[in-house]
Amino acid sequence: MATAPLIELRNISKRFGGVRALDDVSLTLDAARIHCLAGENGSGKSTLIKIVSGVYQPDEGEILIDGKPVGKLDPATSIAHGVQVIYQDFSLFPTLTVVENLALNTFLREGKTRIDWTRARKMARDVLARLDVTLDLDATVETLPAAGRQIVAIARAMLADARLIIMDEPTTTLTGREVERLFRIVRDLQADGIATLFVSHKMREMLEISERLTVFRNGKKVTEGPISDYDERSITRAMTGRDLHQGHFQAPDVSGREPRLELRNVTVGDKAQDINLTLMPGEIVGMSGLIGAGRKAIAQAIFGLRSDMSGEMLVDGKPVMPKNVPEAIAAGIAYVPEDRLSEGLFLTRSIRDNAIVSSLSRFAPHLWLDAEKAGEETHKMFGEMAISAPGIDVPVGTLSGGNAQRVMIGRWLMTDARVLILNGPTVGVDVGSKEQIHGIIQDLTRNNDLAVLMISDDLPELAANCNRVLCMTEGRITGELAGDALTEEALDAALSNEKQGEPA
Amino acid sequence: MRFLRSSDAIILAILAVAMIFIGLVNPAFWQMSNLFSLLKENVVIGIMALGVLLVMISGGIDVSFTAFAVAGMYLVVRSMVALDYNGLVLPFASAIIIGGLLGLMNAGIIHKFKMIPLIVTLGTASVVRGLVLGLVGTSNVNINKMPEALVNFGKTDLFVLERANGSTYGLTAMIVIYLGLAVALHLVLKHTMIGRSVYAYGADPEAAKRVGFSTGKTMIFVYVTAGALAGFAGLLHSSMIWLANPRDFVGLELDVIAAVVLGGASIFGGRGTVLGTVLGVFILVMIQNSLILMGIDTTWQRVVVGAMLVAAVTVTALRDRRALV
Repeated sequence: MATAPLIELRNISKRFGGVRALDDVSLTLDAARIHCLAGENGSGKSTLIKIVSGVYQPDEGEILIDGKPVGKLDPATSIAHGVQVIYQDFSLFPTLTVVENLALNTFLREGKTRIDWTRARKMARDVLARLDVTLDLDATVETLPAAGRQIVAIARAMLADARLIIMDEPTTTLTGREVERLFRIVRDLQADGIATLFVSHKMREMLEISERLTVFRNGKKVTEGPISDYDERSITRAMTGRDLHQGHFQAPDVSGREPRLELRNVTVGDKAQDINLTLMPGEIVGMSGLIGAGRKAIAQAIFGLRSDMSGEMLVDGKPVMPKNVPEAIAAGIAYVPEDRLSEGLFLTRSIRDNAIVSSLSRFAPHLWLDAEKAGEETHKMFGEMAISAPGIDVPVGTLSGGNAQRVMIGRWLMTDARVLILNGPTVGVDVGSKEQIHGIIQDLTRNNDLAVLMISDDLPELAANCNRVLCMTEGRITGELAGDALTEEALDAALSNEKQGEPA
Repeated sequence: MRFLRSSDAIILAILAVAMIFIGLVNPAFWQMSNLFSLLKENVVIGIMALGVLLVMISGGIDVSFTAFAVAGMYLVVRSMVALDYNGLVLPFASAIIIGGLLGLMNAGIIHKFKMIPLIVTLGTASVVRGLVLGLVGTSNVNINKMPEALVNFGKTDLFVLERANGSTYGLTAMIVIYLGLAVALHLVLKHTMIGRSVYAYGADPEAAKRVGFSTGKTMIFVYVTAGALAGFAGLLHSSMIWLANPRDFVGLELDVIAAVVLGGASIFGGRGTVLGTVLGVFILVMIQNSLILMGIDTTWQRVVVGAMLVAAVTVTALRDRRALV
């Protein structure tokens, strides 16, 4: 007799108001299997996670654990059955130490009132040994890099006697080497009999780690099967319902023209040294490198966010040295930060307010705002960027990642920017939207004669959208890939060359 | 050693430097009588600071504790006078209960309505002060009316020394109560789940909930304890100065909060130690005291306290920001 699956969902439906978040979905998760759940934002992945973890109760359908139906699944019951969710933000305590983050859970579950620090340390040491990683037990979690925090979250789940660990977009903040380590850990967990449900929209990783794949679209399961049945193209088609084009970005021939942006021997504090860089109009130049390679520092320096830049910077042949953001904007520079939610957008304000905020002096030449003109131009941008929203008055906080990012980029088009710096242009944006944003960036660059500097950890993104890519290592530009040499594999190789030793 | 890199060690170093400096400017600082009076001044502020520390670790700010201290003190003393009651245990227990109940009100409002502690405690402070003055009375209870048991208790010294001229001075026994409370709070914070839940809640309330902490219980623990400490400190204060003034402690919030921040607690929550707070209180009291010794007008003390608060907040904020990078 075959053993019953760890968790079986039968014909689950869940509605929020009039929206069907999940529609008659069945999913079987077997013990000690690595299963991948893929889907665009809003496809019902998060709802499913919350149903399995007991946060939501399904409107219809049945949940079986170990072959036995469980009536009402609440968070405590779910945890008792060994389900652990690792959220994207990890849900750790930043100011507490590693030991404490690991032990508190267990002590709580055991209903302890006193804390046995000796036992806590032993537990932490043992679980980290099982994961085969070393961490400073007394370091506060906030001092750890994202990868370290993830390890703590995984270790904490293991201490809770997890049988199924659900990881929500686990690789978003990791570099290549760290992803490999995560995969190694997931396979070790599997050897220990722990199943993993990966929730992701990164193809390469799904194909590498998972054994089975389920794809959701609009709250329905569209396909499921062993991973060997799929390739990138078929997964994308399943997720988006259409084919995506993959190609190279061709920059126009601009020989003889003045460079849009030129950096000569620029040094930014101790983050970047001797940077020489030329951006021609119509070019999209990528920047690849590990976190901490100095890419962000350069971007911030160009945008006037840092005071420790030295060297020479020219925009359209004219020397500029922006000391603050208004000066940079006046020079025609625009910057889309990595974390648009905390660094870029005013979430409670409307699309219009967010769009005009960088060109206020144009819309409010005197004391008051020319609302008509602001509305008109926002509508124009709205159309150009193909933003899908009920109108320009809705708060940006209600938009999906892809649409929010379009507002962010659209804002800069309204400033007549000539140099656009994009940092992680499609982080947290789903596949279909991502492709559209790429298209928009490429069109804008060609049509508006922009020069774009694209910083990204997403190698396929760099390969598909840039006419050349600069590789950075420890504050220096160490290589350049262009034309036919610019491939995902070449970028990957350039990155792996500089990785030495496993990061903590 | 880890301790040497902690904020407590830095605060200790600052304290040592400040003591040496003040001693050089005015050698009178090192006289035993001065040190004793310094320690005595630590007691009431220190006990209040323990409560404020707890609130601050949980990520809140409490400005209502002085009002609760007044309520505890004035209600109890007036009742004792009215009933002609002369005891110790019952009055102190009552003050603690009054403070604790008022703290429970804070906790209830903050938790139930998910409100910002600063605004809630500003409101409850005003309400409580107003009620005390409006319903109970506005006149001081002076030394001639003060219950004898309280006055005698406040006078208790650990030991008494004699000056050359024959007059005596002693080290107040109240310091033992203060340090006892400090040690108790330290043990609770460090070694119990409820203590750690305060840090967890201050670090990330959402994560605390997800892990399974009962955050309502944590809030009740924090604000009831803070209120009880304030009520106790209020009555202790009046027994030490032989006076119960219903308008007492006005403006003391700032001193106490400054001391706690000086002691390394983070205004963002999740960080802070009892040792740091005890040292912070000592530094604050010592600097105020030495301003007097140096003959600087008392009005300037407000300037110094305010500047110290701003400086300490800046330094801790910079520290916390660096840690986030």
